[in-house]
Amino acid sequence: MIYREAGQFKTTYKSDQALLPIAQDRFFVMALIAFAYIVIPMVANDYWLNSIFLQFFIFSLAALGLNILTGYAGQLSLGTGGFMACGAFSAFKLATSFPDLHIVFVLFLAGLITAVVGMFFGIPSLRIKGFYLAVATLAAQFFLLWLFNRVPWFTNYSSSGVISPPPIKLFGDYYITGTEATNLTQYFFTLTLVIVLALAARNIIRGHIGRSWMAIRDMDIAAEIIGISPLKAKLSAFAVSSFYCGIAGALWAFLYTGTVEPLAFEINQSFKILFMIIIGGLGSILGSFVGAAFIVVLPIFLNSAPALLGLELSGSLVTHIEFMVFGALIVFFLIVEPHGLARLWGIAKEKLRLWPFPY
Amino acid sequence: MFQAFFVDPFIMIYDTPLFFVEVLVSGLMAGVMYSLVALGFVIIFKASGVFNLAQGAMVLFAALTFVGLWEMGVNPWLSLILSALVMIGFAFSIERIVLRPLVNQDPIIFFMATLGITYFLDGFGQTIWGGEVRSLDIGIPNEPFMDLADMTGLYINKFDVFSAVVCSFLVVILAGFFTKTKIGRALRAVADDHQAALSVGIPLKTIWTIVWSVAGIVGLAAGILWGSKLGVQFALSLIAFKALPVLILGGFTSIPGAILGGLIIGSGEKIAEVYWGEAMGGAIEDWFAYVVALIFLLFRPQGLFGEKIIERV
Repeated sequence: MIYREAGQFKTTYKSDQALLPIAQDRFFVMALIAFAYIVIPMVANDYWLNSIFLQFFIFSLAALGLNILTGYAGQLSLGTGGFMACGAFSAFKLATSFPDLHIVFVLFLAGLITAVVGMFFGIPSLRIKGFYLAVATLAAQFFLLWLFNRVPWFTNYSSSGVISPPPIKLFGDYYITGTEATNLTQYFFTLTLVIVLALAARNIIRGHIGRSWMAIRDMDIAAEIIGISPLKAKLSAFAVSSFYCGIAGALWAFLYTGTVEPLAFEINQSFKILFMIIIGGLGSILGSFVGAAFIVVLPIFLNSAPALLGLELSGSLVTHIEFMVFGALIVFFLIVEPHGLARLWGIAKEKLRLWPFPY
Repeated sequence: MFQAFFVDPFIMIYDTPLFFVEVLVSGLMAGVMYSLVALGFVIIFKASGVFNLAQGAMVLFAALTFVGLWEMGVNPWLSLILSALVMIGFAFSIERIVLRPLVNQDPIIFFMATLGITYFLDGFGQTIWGGEVRSLDIGIPNEPFMDLADMTGLYINKFDVFSAVVCSFLVVILAGFFTKTKIGRALRAVADDHQAALSVGIPLKTIWTIVWSVAGIVGLAAGILWGSKLGVQFALSLIAFKALPVLILGGFTSIPGAILGGLIIGSGEKIAEVYWGEAMGGAIEDWFAYVVALIFLLFRPQGLFGEKIIERV
């Protein structure tokens, strides 16, 4: 009754092809964005802004990137962490070599560099697929981290191998990185960036490139027969995906942690992001966000659960139990809803269309 | 630069051939250990098409159980049998709790489920047995054969030889099991075609339990050998990643491929680290195996002995 498109007539092609053709969806998304821009900054404290929302935004960008590659183009990748590291380190090199470069350009260029690197590591996808490809992308993960660890040029010859991005001004007196940056500035900046990039992703996916990705994913031979070049489709998927992951990595280093070492992007990070898209939903923009939210919030919840229950446990035991519960929950969610949380949302929408008269 | 890459290493090999043989042998022995882990992957992938990333965690869990029982005062042979039983029980619960509800899902869902199992097992093992590093001494000294060293100047480690023997023993048993027994034949039938196997009356669920048990026991052997080399600790869980390039080299479905792949990767890695590592900044062991496997894949996507049905797109 509430969610029903009856009576919403479309009189132009433009409105027929709108991103959100149903009015209720439109209002919902607008309300959500307004909520994120107005209400959250007013009520949230620094811990929430930095540790939860910033982390959530960055992870959802990375998940979006991986979802483009794995969910839409069907190429399983375990190298996300390596690509994020590539974004972080190239942004660092750019920011230190060209101190006057605006942060937006730094991020954009870092994304482009990562896209090129991603395309390079995507070349094996032309010969192999499935799990063979997944293992091949691990090469990117291990090689890139080794490179940033061992070649001092990337860290500007820092003795510890840790990079700290220089303070950069967003505009006026507002710093976006460094100690003078406020959480609020960073929050607004990342939020805007995430919205812009998510919109871009949505539009790429409904366009020509996105359709060719999905054709390749669904049946590569058939796609080739109708004239889609697998070379172009796969490499462009790797490029776009790495672009997103690179920006996410740069944001992680510049805004979230402030200092970063290659170890922060190790293999577990890749798995975490893969978890996000599987739990959220493969081939769904919404799923990337839901999955990221789930994986960000779950450890925080698990961490505080023993205290809430009034149990006194030693630190290492808590970590081990956290691991256990995390693993068990992953398996549980896979069994209950293998198509991800986004699918649940889809089912809920179907139900809402008919509610309260299901027949 | 050119000299460091293309001249010096070869001069070094030419000057000290004995040292080269030593490096080669120790690499081959390390390769045997990789194959042992890769074997667990292959057995499960062959029979169920599940890419089981939990193999590393199974190695850790089995080793932890073995050491834990032994430290509690159980006879080592008894604790070996008990840990094997624990791994079989684990296989039963995996089949019942995880695999059965997921029948007919995409392979990637199974893959993620095994990742979930990895996290669970890592946490579970360390919750029960504690997270500290334990040393494991199975009575095989970690020292070279002195007689051989006196005679020829070659230093070959007793422990490495022992693990190679154990590994070959396991391979022979497994090969016999797969080719000679009725269950082995059923396993191969399932590997060829699930539906056809089901329709001639091969119980898929039993087969899955059996392969996971066998993989668990292979994991136990790998865990004990690796554990006595490195100490039983969390890092054991990560050796699974060492076995992955071995797998692409040998093919996911081939037992001889896993063995040969392990030997190639093990020796190649050692030689590259010793002779070229310096020139490239050290610690290239981390990724060298992957790059070798990748280059190899570009020319032969099905691996050394892999079945040729991999579609080339």
